[in-house]
Amino acid sequence: MPLLKNNTLISDTWIHAGVDGELPNAGDVIVPFVRLLKEWESLSQRDGKLGVELGNVDRAEALSMFLPRLSAVILPFPAFNDGRAYSIARQLREMGYRGELRATGNVLPDQLQLMLQVGFDTFDIGERFPLSTWQQASKQMSLAYQRGLFRRGSEAEIWTERHTDAEPWLEQPHAG
Amino acid sequence: MYRYDEFDHQFVRDRTNQFRNQADRRLKGELTEEEFRPLRLMNGLYLQLHAYMLRVAIPYGTLSSRQMRQLAFIADKWDKGYGHFTTRQNIQYNWIKLEDTADILDALAEVEMHAIQTSGNCIRNVTTDHWAGAAADEIADPRPVGELLRQWSSLHPEFSYLPRKFKIAVTGAPNDRAAVKVHDIGLRLHKNAEGAVGWEVIVGGGLGRTPMVGVTVRDFLPEHELIGYLEAIMRVYNLYGRRDNKYKARIKILVHELGAEKFKSEVEAEYARRPHASTEVEERELKRIAAYFAAPQLEKLPRWSAAFEEAKLKSPDFARWAKNNLGPHHADGYAIVNISLKPDGGIPGDATSDQMRVMADLAERYSFDELRVSHAQNIVLPHVKKDDLFAIWQALQGADLAAANYGLAGDIIACPGLDYCALATARSIPISQSISRKFANSARQDEIGKLKINISGCINACGHHHVGHIGILGLDKKGEEYYQITLGGSSAENASIGTILGPGFAGHEVADAIETILDTYLKLREPDEEFLAAYRRVGPKPFKEALYATA
Amino acid sequence: MTATEKGQLVTANRLRDGIAVFLTRSGQWSEVIDDAALALEPQAAAALELRAKDDEKATLVTGAYLIDAERREGRVRAAHIRERMRALGPTVRLDLGKQAEGKGAGFAAPEGV
Ligand code: HEM
Ligand code: SF4
Repeated sequence: MPLLKNNTLISDTWIHAGVDGELPNAGDVIVPFVRLLKEWESLSQRDGKLGVELGNVDRAEALSMFLPRLSAVILPFPAFNDGRAYSIARQLREMGYRGELRATGNVLPDQLQLMLQVGFDTFDIGERFPLSTWQQASKQMSLAYQRGLFRRGSEAEIWTERHTDAEPWLEQPHAG
Repeated sequence: MYRYDEFDHQFVRDRTNQFRNQADRRLKGELTEEEFRPLRLMNGLYLQLHAYMLRVAIPYGTLSSRQMRQLAFIADKWDKGYGHFTTRQNIQYNWIKLEDTADILDALAEVEMHAIQTSGNCIRNVTTDHWAGAAADEIADPRPVGELLRQWSSLHPEFSYLPRKFKIAVTGAPNDRAAVKVHDIGLRLHKNAEGAVGWEVIVGGGLGRTPMVGVTVRDFLPEHELIGYLEAIMRVYNLYGRRDNKYKARIKILVHELGAEKFKSEVEAEYARRPHASTEVEERELKRIAAYFAAPQLEKLPRWSAAFEEAKLKSPDFARWAKNNLGPHHADGYAIVNISLKPDGGIPGDATSDQMRVMADLAERYSFDELRVSHAQNIVLPHVKKDDLFAIWQALQGADLAAANYGLAGDIIACPGLDYCALATARSIPISQSISRKFANSARQDEIGKLKINISGCINACGHHHVGHIGILGLDKKGEEYYQITLGGSSAENASIGTILGPGFAGHEVADAIETILDTYLKLREPDEEFLAAYRRVGPKPFKEALYATA
Repeated sequence: MTATEKGQLVTANRLRDGIAVFLTRSGQWSEVIDDAALALEPQAAAALELRAKDDEKATLVTGAYLIDAERREGRVRAAHIRERMRALGPTVRLDLGKQAEGKGAGFAAPEGV
């Protein structure tokens, strides 16, 4: 299955493990969240990169203690209009996660740009649409009103542009 | 009024191009209907009984004359010469072709309008008080916040695929004309003893099949925290709102199932956890927007207008219209004109392109170029000199727009119902027409006084029947239309949901039933007691007896 | 031909303009319900539906479905008021829609109120 990343196709080099069964000794592995919880100790000792597949009913904050060790998080779209993963993605980015964030399931070109904006960077796109459709889809809107989105540099943040002399987007813990 | 800058223009242009491309791909078969439906819905395009229907946003109900004229132009060029103004301060066109839609969106963009997010499971057109900026009782004009929210919610990437639609209403006045307690989020401005203002945040109101009055989660939120706090609410809803059953997917159900306290603590936890940006940009943006809504250059006038008083003496018809259709303006010598789109026996909320142009001309000449759409499906001229009222009335008369029934029995809210709507279980417009004809006599309407009759053609409650003083809901019983009557609803500051009176009625019986109810009211009311007050005092019993005793 | 035939027909909306249309015996889509092919048996109805699904794939129409209807003297009347509405146009604007374009069915509009 091809993956879309930075507007090009790449192949998936990760090993996808199930909830149980032997893990290979080496190589980068993605495990379901339940397995991460169960086998955290041995998983964290392993060589190779570690990733997790989260469900969209799992809470992002449940991942917080694991995040520094994770290089990939996969979030599912069981249907393209099930938008929970948009919030989880943004929460993970807000928690400081900078690794791969992959969308899988019903991922369609018309939602691609929204996914990029909330912080996804890798997409499990299947074979239905040609690469050119995806490339176009990633830049349909040149602007966004919302501030503090995870951007790819292509869209301008309207409010920030309007008030360039104001303070830049500062991440600061909220007082109350 | 707000004006687009280069960014707003570019944003809408991008969006229209995107839709043009999507419609193209659909027509070529590259997108299935299932994939295309949410895309077209998020651009306001429905498929209805007779054709596509396009719902155009009129943000916080404010229009310029130029925009109104463009709406008329669209009605003539791509529809059948009319449009339907809705309870959500939108306009709907009923006879639209998919292949024309992108051109229509371009025509809208020319006058700084769009149809973005007028449908779909996203944040819908933000509504507000139709007297905003003009009302005598207002603390502050809520439209700057309305515009801020319009921008913030437009194509919000995190909140474009919510469990269900999401409606926000804002009011800046203590007398709630925006129904903030029956919206997903209602915002209501308060002023404290020190003179500072803050927003009460009400969550989880709604109508539809489970009508609920919202709960207050913050009493006095500082204005610059609005966006951050709303994001927290939206996120809690997006994550935990039900997606297994679309009838339980609105935020009101989440609030209800979690309980108000738990819901509130989830929101507060999310709000505290999120990294908070400096809100300097938002504050500046709000200031920038607010400048566009500066009050117009009103003249210093005496409260008393001789011309107006004289005209009333000369023409009893004008006097009656003036008594019913004017609202109190904050400036002396000015009035708010409510143009009723409810002629006797007419279709509530429908206006022809000619009528739109007449209203646009009047606004240009007499009301600082401004019009408003009210959630009762009427049009408002917000800033009119009392001296000009007679001339306006005459012009309205010439265009069949002078119905003097604002706020009375003839001022009925009705959704399109089965005559147009694919979801309907019964017709609502003909019911409205039959009632309107029955009470066409003006003395009778005046005697009955303030009354809200609201009609929906199915349980979705687009016609707000739950919050009508008299609500009528059209249902289907084995292929036959029948109608359930509720009494005692209100969407005002003391909001309440109406109570079902008893077994339903066939279509031709409804107007008589309403008459029986109103006769009963006239008999039992105390001096100057309005219908709703009387109902709240005596309860449903006398009305039930009158209605069902004879049957 | 005075007998009343009861059966099912397929209706849909034309994709490009959304107009309500009905599947005819020759496999065309007509705006006039009287032209519709009326299937008297379940198999025939299923065949009509299959045909319609093909036309959905070919992006001619969208949202095709079967409805109950009857034919008398060459006129077709849908069983449900909603479908009669689609075949005619809004009852509150007799000047609009199929009823005004000479494409309405032979049956009178649903009763006014
Ligand atoms: C004709 C096409 C329309 C369709 C298909 C439609 C669909 C719906 C649906 C499905 C609901 C229920 C939502 C829920 O409870 O989750 C609803 C509610 C509502 N609609 Fe419509 N509607 C239409 C027209 C209108 C019109 C013309 C108006 C204004 C006159 C309107 C205003 C509203 C309002 C105010 C509600 C209830 C408030 C709430 O959301 O709780 N709609 N609509
Ligand atoms: S209440 Fe029902 S019939 Fe009326 S417009 Fe809404 S969905 Fe249609």
